[in-house]
Amino acid sequence: MTIDMSQFYQVFFDEADELLAEMEKLLLNIDLAAPDDEDLNAIFRAAHSIKGGAATFGFTDITEVTHVLESLLDRIRKHEMTLTAEHVDAFLSSKDVLDMLMSGHRHGSAVDEAAVQTLRARLHELSEGKAAPTPAAAAPAAPAPVAGTPPAADAAGNFHLRIELPDVSAKDADALAGELGLMGTLTRDVLPDGRAVFTLVTTETADTIVAICAFVLDPDALRITDACAAAPAAAAAAPAADFGLYDTAAPAAASAPQTPAATPAAQAVAVPAAPAAQPAAETKNFGRRATDKEAGESSSIRVSVEKVDQLINLVGELVITQAMIDQRIAALDPIHHERLLNSANQLSRNTRDLQEAVMSIRMMPMDYVFSRFPRMVRDLAGKLGKKVEFVTKGAATELDKGLIERIVDPLTHLVRNSVDHGVEMPEKRRAAGKNEAGKLTLSAAHQGGNIVIEVSDDGGGLNRERILDKAKQNGLPVSDTMPDSEVWQLIFAPGFSTAEVVTDVSGRGVGMDVVKRNIAAMGGVVDIRSVPGSGTTISISLPLTLAILDGMLIKVGDEIYILPLGYVIESLQPAPVDVKEIAGQGKVVKVREEYLPLIPLYQIFAIEPKSEEPSEGILVILESEGKKAALLVDGLVGQQQVVVKNLESNFRKVAGISGATILGDGGVSLILDVAALLRSSRQLNADSLCF
Amino acid sequence: MTEGKTILTVDDSGSLRQMVTFVLKDAGYDVVEAVDGQDGLEKAKTRHIDLVLTDQNMPGMDGLGLIRALRTMKKYQSVPILMLTTETGDDIKAQGRAAGATGWIVKPFDPARLTEVVRKLIG
Amino acid sequence: MLTLTDKSRSNDMLDAEEGTEYLAFTLGREEYGIDILRVQEIRGYEPVTRIANAPAFIKGVVNLRGTIVPVVDMRIKLSLGEATYDQFTVVIILNIAGRIVGMVVDSVSDVTTLKPHQLRPAPEVGSAFDNEYLIGLGDLGNRMLILVDIDKLMSSADMGLVEKLAA
Repeated sequence: MTIDMSQFYQVFFDEADELLAEMEKLLLNIDLAAPDDEDLNAIFRAAHSIKGGAATFGFTDITEVTHVLESLLDRIRKHEMTLTAEHVDAFLSSKDVLDMLMSGHRHGSAVDEAAVQTLRARLHELSEGKAAPTPAAAAPAAPAPVAGTPPAADAAGNFHLRIELPDVSAKDADALAGELGLMGTLTRDVLPDGRAVFTLVTTETADTIVAICAFVLDPDALRITDACAAAPAAAAAAPAADFGLYDTAAPAAASAPQTPAATPAAQAVAVPAAPAAQPAAETKNFGRRATDKEAGESSSIRVSVEKVDQLINLVGELVITQAMIDQRIAALDPIHHERLLNSANQLSRNTRDLQEAVMSIRMMPMDYVFSRFPRMVRDLAGKLGKKVEFVTKGAATELDKGLIERIVDPLTHLVRNSVDHGVEMPEKRRAAGKNEAGKLTLSAAHQGGNIVIEVSDDGGGLNRERILDKAKQNGLPVSDTMPDSEVWQLIFAPGFSTAEVVTDVSGRGVGMDVVKRNIAAMGGVVDIRSVPGSGTTISISLPLTLAILDGMLIKVGDEIYILPLGYVIESLQPAPVDVKEIAGQGKVVKVREEYLPLIPLYQIFAIEPKSEEPSEGILVILESEGKKAALLVDGLVGQQQVVVKNLESNFRKVAGISGATILGDGGVSLILDVAALLRSSRQLNADSLCF
Repeated sequence: MTEGKTILTVDDSGSLRQMVTFVLKDAGYDVVEAVDGQDGLEKAKTRHIDLVLTDQNMPGMDGLGLIRALRTMKKYQSVPILMLTTETGDDIKAQGRAAGATGWIVKPFDPARLTEVVRKLIG
Repeated sequence: MLTLTDKSRSNDMLDAEEGTEYLAFTLGREEYGIDILRVQEIRGYEPVTRIANAPAFIKGVVNLRGTIVPVVDMRIKLSLGEATYDQFTVVIILNIAGRIVGMVVDSVSDVTTLKPHQLRPAPEVGSAFDNEYLIGLGDLGNRMLILVDIDKLMSSADMGLVEKLAA
């Protein structure tokens, strides 16, 4: 029977990828002084699992590397050897080499054989020469735990076995002879006491023989000896057997094999012949079977992103249709059409649930991105001679897959920059009275409808003077009185760098402009906070998903706009006394003992409102980036989930608008860019209400 | 012969589990998969199993732990349990025997051999 | 409705002699022609959603089978004719390098094939369009089509439909 193993390769590779990533993560976090046993076990298990899979699927090169790795890890986890930084380095290199080998099998990419050999030599060296001087290391466990005594096989790999049967019926003996005959060349003889004795030349091991005989006779009574060597070998001790059944298994288990053994011997003999009778060249097709009930047993399935996106688009259309139905039936008499309305309500709920469920398929934890940084930071810091303690927070925060993939590059750039230009050299840090090791924090958190990702270091901070000098050199319009926040933004100008030394790590600061552009393209904003001497934080704020948002429909004049609900704190009708005019600064409104800038939407969008008087309209209190403001609108229309459509695919960016959606009546409604509205409100004065 | 026989295969490695499942289904058995000892134990409790095939090294409850746990249950006192292991040393075999395993199979194994052993045990 | 001829079916005859097909439309008293290959469809005028602070000729956006499409009124842009909207108002849906835009004109007349010998250079003056956006004139004997380079026109900063690249 031949099985097409390649059908399992993909699963194996995916699994190995995960295991390697996990292993790397554990290695990076390990405390050399007091390594956690559970971690050591987990690292060992990763190597062990990969080895098992690789061996099964015939990836010899991977098996070989993981084998040496596993042996070494086994000794460390058993405390026969002490974990050192050297080990960790070697294990991390192993991860890289294994990645490379897998990629070789997967995509046929080139494999650097020299690197593989170097690594294997290094691992060998570590497992031999460098055993820590603990008493346990002196124990005979020194060689890697591979097979013990070599099997007594001849040059052709054959065993010459002499099998003495106990007193059994001639029929059973015949049956056994027939069965064993299938395994090699069998010679039959009779002992003086009438018992049968076979000599079998076979590649099978004694264990196999015992296993086969066990169904016909008591294995204990069976004597198998090496026909060549005079010394009798206990059957169970044959070491290279690839499987075996305990002759006298644990008390309870003993009865188990007896069930089949109790059946007529002829059947027991016929059974092993069955697989052999199958055509050897038969290749099994997995495809057909994969669809049957086993799907119910596995915990996950792999689906292409295209399919998920198609699903999301269809659900998006469904949501619009649903909204149309809602709008049409709203006009119906609720008493006459009670049942229809109930059903429509139910449908509406189902649609929402379906949409939520479908959207959640695309959400992935930030860990997908974060997990690649510990290693990068470690290598980078090593290269630069810096010490960096890397911390991640909120790795479980979820973000749309499409966004997560696009955030990788900008974030990589920012993290590199922080290590390279942010964190100072250890001496410099010491001189400044700081801990030698710089702290680099990568965090993610939900904030309203956004995810805020921050790269934060406790390094030297940005140098205001140098940035301004550089900006002047570059001919940028700057002034010495610019606020810090504007100065920091200058580093996003094309071709801007203030690094004293250009390194091969972050280059010449090329790319901060690209970072900003990439993030803006994702509908996000980048902010910088920096304090000289104590560090820099770069904050990226992104929408959670591009596809759908919970919207509040508001009305000004005849126009309906959508406010992303994530920004909305509350809405209220102000008392005339709470609205104050500040000369040259527009209006403010007092809400819960707090004065908030008032943004009259009619004015910004040049709409004829129902009333210009705030007390006759509705104020929607919004919050973004920690700033609040009150948006004046004529009224609220309702709330609904809307499918976000890109305005820019056929048009340009419109100030104050982040996108568009299609309402139930088929018309288009624009989605307000709340962050931009609020930003403008801070610089807002009565004269400049435009963007 | 194999009609209605159900095998529980326990392995934390999805690829190996899938392969074992495939091989056994191909041989006509019903297969229930479990991802670790604990999961295996849960599944063994709730359904009828004719043979258990468990990996040894797994996070949480390992193969030996599962075997011991199963042997304490009345319905699993005489059900054959095979242990899958990458280790060929006698140590692990002795431990398997002590825990109550019926036999062991060394990974990597030939799929045909797996079927062969299983057939011997439950037909 | 219009029937668009399949251009790809051109035989071995000289392509040049076959000429190019133009969609003819009127704006005010002039008749214009644009390359038929840029025309996706022709629709009636539907209510648009206004875009705040946009020039008056950008009427707003509409939903075209799930896609948000801007609509420009060339009559306003060129200060021609009366910008009224009724059941006879026509919107030409253009597809310019993958970007879709609706263009309101007075009316659409027909699809005309112009052979090379019917093409004349554009006059220096006499058209509402800047010469920069003209290909030339199409001489149909009794009619004269002003041929507009619609790609160039719709992509121009003048129309404000695409993001202006920072200088």
